Amino acid sequence: MKRKKISVENLVMDTSIAVILLILVLITLYPVWYVVVASFTDSTELARNPGLLLWPEEFDAGAYRMVFKNPLLMGAFKNTFIILVTALPINIVLTLLCGYFMACPGMYWKKIITAIIMFTMFFNGGLIPGYLNIRDLGLYNSLWALILPGALSVYNAIICKTAIEAVPDSLRESAYIDGANDIQIIFKIILPLIKPTMAVLLLYYGVAHWNSWFNASLYIKDSLKLPVQNIMRSILLANDTLGGQGGDDYNAYAETIKYAAIVITTTPIMCIYPFLQKYFAKGVMIGAVKG
Amino acid sequence: MKKILRNEIIIRDFHRHKYKYILISPVLIYLALFCYKPIYGIIIAFQKYRPSLGIAKSKWVGLDNFIRFFDDPYFGQILRNTFSISLLMLLFSMPAAILLALLLNEVKCSIFKRFVQTITYMPHFIATVVICGLITTYCQSNGLFNDIVIWFGGERSNLLANPDHFYTIYVASGIWQNVGWSSIIYLAALSGIDQEQYEAAKVDGAGRIRQIWYITLPGIMPIISMQLILNLGKVLSVGYEKILLLYQPLTYEVADVISTYVYRKGMIDADYSFSTAVNLFNSIINIIFLLTANRLSKKMGQSGLF
Repeated sequence: MKRKKISVENLVMDTSIAVILLILVLITLYPVWYVVVASFTDSTELARNPGLLLWPEEFDAGAYRMVFKNPLLMGAFKNTFIILVTALPINIVLTLLCGYFMACPGMYWKKIITAIIMFTMFFNGGLIPGYLNIRDLGLYNSLWALILPGALSVYNAIICKTAIEAVPDSLRESAYIDGANDIQIIFKIILPLIKPTMAVLLLYYGVAHWNSWFNASLYIKDSLKLPVQNIMRSILLANDTLGGQGGDDYNAYAETIKYAAIVITTTPIMCIYPFLQKYFAKGVMIGAVKG
Repeated sequence: MKKILRNEIIIRDFHRHKYKYILISPVLIYLALFCYKPIYGIIIAFQKYRPSLGIAKSKWVGLDNFIRFFDDPYFGQILRNTFSISLLMLLFSMPAAILLALLLNEVKCSIFKRFVQTITYMPHFIATVVICGLITTYCQSNGLFNDIVIWFGGERSNLLANPDHFYTIYVASGIWQNVGWSSIIYLAALSGIDQEQYEAAKVDGAGRIRQIWYITLPGIMPIISMQLILNLGKVLSVGYEKILLLYQPLTYEVADVISTYVYRKGMIDADYSFSTAVNLFNSIINIIFLLTANRLSKKMGQSGLF
């Protein structure tokens, strides 16, 4: 009798949980689906009826052609690409060095240096002193202004440090005895063992660069040097149709081009993060404990 | 004698860890140039700073900029807005994340569980610019949200221009974007609960809901209280990115927070000293809150930050 009651309860629970989660999935996906559908819809059709969309009424991929033909957007893609290939190696190397130092025991200055590093997590100069600093250093209106100020995230370095600490000490020590120096230990022994963590950190840094717009709006004056999100901002939020750079042909797609641009700028990240999903938990756990 | 010994320790330490010190130096140079140099630049908060004169020659005015800020009728308003936004965020987003984690934890089919996780993590990776662009489009008077309003018998209007709706839009979109991501930490905590307790509860005849109430929730209570304290410590640090993209002069009265005020005063009005003073005030309050939160967290027997 009791068993039966429990199994009925189980069935009801499992079904309602599945239904709630499915509704949540739909709510999460619908705005994204809307963007995809809108990007393939005929522009005049969309302008007339931008509300609920389920399926493109008249399929039209013209907006994508327009995006790829637009010199400002393509230039922005190039800028973002330059930022990524320059910044990511710097990010990863600095994070590794910082994490390694904080994970190693026994240095006389370790406490002080670690304190100097950690302090920057809780206190910074703020907007204006940071801005004036970039001007002082002569980085204003240069892509370096978007690469160097965020070259190291101490938060990520702590995640890296925790991963390095999980590598058995004996491995490091035996390498020492065999005459390896710290550089060799980092790149030949530690790096191969903490690859999953570094992949996640690479994703975090990459997403941060890819999605950032604020610093460029402060530091970049020349619109040809702006990264992708700043152009997205003017398309999406200022309703700037990119100065009619494509002529009449372009204006016909003014509405749908927004959505095509969103699809193109968002797809790369959407294709990468699911593969690293199982490693997220570790990083978040560490982050929560260490702030 | 002692001094000589100390010197010897330092020299020997340097010889032994030579490479470690060399390897950390790029990090220290980076921090000096891009973190500590701006911290030194905070001095302008106590000056009447003029870019042409620089920090060295600008006039020292002491606490004038701070006094100006406290006397500003805007002071109370942006403080209130900042508190309101972060407390509302906290009030709704934490329970949502905990609830999602609890629901996911009850799912037995691992493929379905992973699927829901992948989908709900997705918005976290979408750019703020794109999210705000979509919010703006959906809020337009002929947009998606207005279609929903019509269903419920309302009238069409630009929702973003109405101060009454700003918090709802801000908090709801925040939850939409981050509920999955914030649930990760609770899920991780859930996987650490001793499975034997559930077995024992089953033998005693406890149903699923009772198990959640008496085993699961107490099991993640430490993490919940720690997160709560940490978030309370961040209560005055509402970021500017999303608000800058969503607010407009019509909604300043509810949407303007300390960080956006710092931005407008500094970058638009070029009132560098005043903006830096407001920012410094905010940073100091944040640190005090964080230290207090950390103290509390330790007192309650949780591991603190430091």
